[in-house]
Amino acid sequence: MTDTTQGTETLHDVTVTVNGVRHSASVPARRLLSDFLRHDLELTGTHVGCEHGVCGACTVLVDGSPMRSCLMFAVTAQAHEITTVEGLGTAPDARVAPTGESMNPVQQAFAECHGLQCGFCTPGFLTTVTAYLDENPAPTSEEAREAISGNLCRCTGYQNIVKSVLRAAEIKAERASETAEVQS
Amino acid sequence: MKPAPFEHHAPLTVEQAVSVLSEVGHEGKVLAGGQSLIPILNMRLASPAHLVDINRVAGLDSVEVTPEAVRVGALVRHAGLERSEEAFAALPLLRQALVNVAHPAIRNRGTTVGSIAHADAAGEMPAILALTDGVVEVAGPSGSREIEWPDFFLGALETSLAAEELAVAVRFGRFPVGTGTAFTEAARRHGDYAMAGVGVAVTVTDGVVSAARASFVSVTDVPSVLDLGPALGGVEPGTAAWDEAVEDAAEAVREHVDPEGDIHASADYRRMLVTELTRRVLPQAADRAGATA
Repeated sequence: MTDTTQGTETLHDVTVTVNGVRHSASVPARRLLSDFLRHDLELTGTHVGCEHGVCGACTVLVDGSPMRSCLMFAVTAQAHEITTVEGLGTAPDARVAPTGESMNPVQQAFAECHGLQCGFCTPGFLTTVTAYLDENPAPTSEEAREAISGNLCRCTGYQNIVKSVLRAAEIKAERASETAEVQS
Repeated sequence: MKPAPFEHHAPLTVEQAVSVLSEVGHEGKVLAGGQSLIPILNMRLASPAHLVDINRVAGLDSVEVTPEAVRVGALVRHAGLERSEEAFAALPLLRQALVNVAHPAIRNRGTTVGSIAHADAAGEMPAILALTDGVVEVAGPSGSREIEWPDFFLGALETSLAAEELAVAVRFGRFPVGTGTAFTEAARRHGDYAMAGVGVAVTVTDGVVSAARASFVSVTDVPSVLDLGPALGGVEPGTAAWDEAVEDAAEAVREHVDPEGDIHASADYRRMLVTELTRRVLPQAADRAGATA
C-alpha cells in the first residue's frame, strides 16, 4: 500500500477482490468496508442499516464467511475475497437484477416465496443464507429460523423468509441432481 | 455514524505491534476482530488517534490443546474456536458458551481474546476464562508476562493490560476427569446481550460431587467465580438430597450476584433469572459429569 494524503488524512491504496474482480481505491483508514463497496466501488447492492452490527443488512461474504461490512475497515479487507449480493447470481452484468436461472437458489426462493417486501434487508439475508446452506444443506424450519436470527426485517414478519430458506435448500438440491444427471 | 479519523498501523509481528503501542501510548487501541470496538468508533463513543490493526500479525491464529489447557491465540475468531473439534473434546464448555456469543456473522469476525480484553460484564468469554481458572498471555516492551484472571479484570471494560501491552493469547484451564459443564443465558432476543447468564462445572468422583463452581454473565461487574462445593459437595446427583442441594446452590448464587438494573431488566429480575438458570444448568452438568466418569 502506498499512502497519500487528503487534507490531514492519510489515504491508503486498498485492493480487494469483489465478486471475482480485483478493485482498487485510495481511501482513508476510517472507510468502512460497507462504504468502500458502495461509495468507492459503486456496488450499491450492499445496504447499510444500523451501522453498528445489529441489523445485518450490510452482511457480505469475506473469504466465504458472512461478516458485517459495517464492522470492518476497508484497509483490513486488503487482499481478501469479498462476495456481495451482486456476486450471488450469474448474470453477466452484476448491476442488472438477475432473473430465472441466473439467480442463485436463494434468490430464486426469495422471489418464489415472497421472502421480501421493501427489499432493504434482502441483500444481507441472501448472503447469510447462501453461506449457511453451504454448511447445512438441509435445515429444519427451526434451524432456518436460527440461521437468520442475526438479520432484521421490518416488513415480512419472517414467516416467508423461513419458507424461502427451506425452499432454497430444495432448489439447491434439485439443481445439483439435474447437474449430476446431465453429467452421467 | 462514521468513525473519527485515526492513523492506521498494520504491524506484521508482535514486536512491531508492541513497539507501535509503546509509541502511541494511551492514544492507541488494538483492533483485532473489531466487533465491539468498531460500533464504539462508529457511534463516536471513543475516538482513538491510532488503531493498531493486528490482523496481519503472524502466529496468533492457532488453537493448541495441552493436557492442562486450551490455548487460544489473539486472532482466533469465535467461530474458529467454536468449530475446533480438538478444543471441544478437551473443554466442551468453550463451544457450550460460544454458541451464545452474538450471531454467526459476528462470531466469524470477532476474536475470543478480543472479547476478553474488552472485559464487558455482558460478555460470555470473560466469564468462561474465570470459570476455567484461565490466564492471559501478554507481550510488552520489557518482554512477556502472564496475568491470572482475577488480576486481569479490574472493572467494567477495564483490565490490567497496560497501554503498551498486547494480549497475545489466553489459556482456558481444563477440568479434571469426571467433570461436566453447562452454560446458559437469557436474552430478550436470541443473540442479544444476555440479561443474565451462568456457566457451571461439576466434578463427580465415586458417584458424588467432589467440586462445583459457577461464574456469571451480566449480573456481576467483573467476572467472579462462586464455589458451589459447600452446597453440592458429597451429594449424589439425581437423588432427593441432590434436588435440595441444587436449591441451596441456587440460593447461594442469588446472594452472590450483584446485578444492576437497566431498561432491559431490573436488578431483581436479573437476580431471579440467574437463580433459575442455575437450577437448570446444574443437572445438565451433573449428567455430563456422569457420562465422562
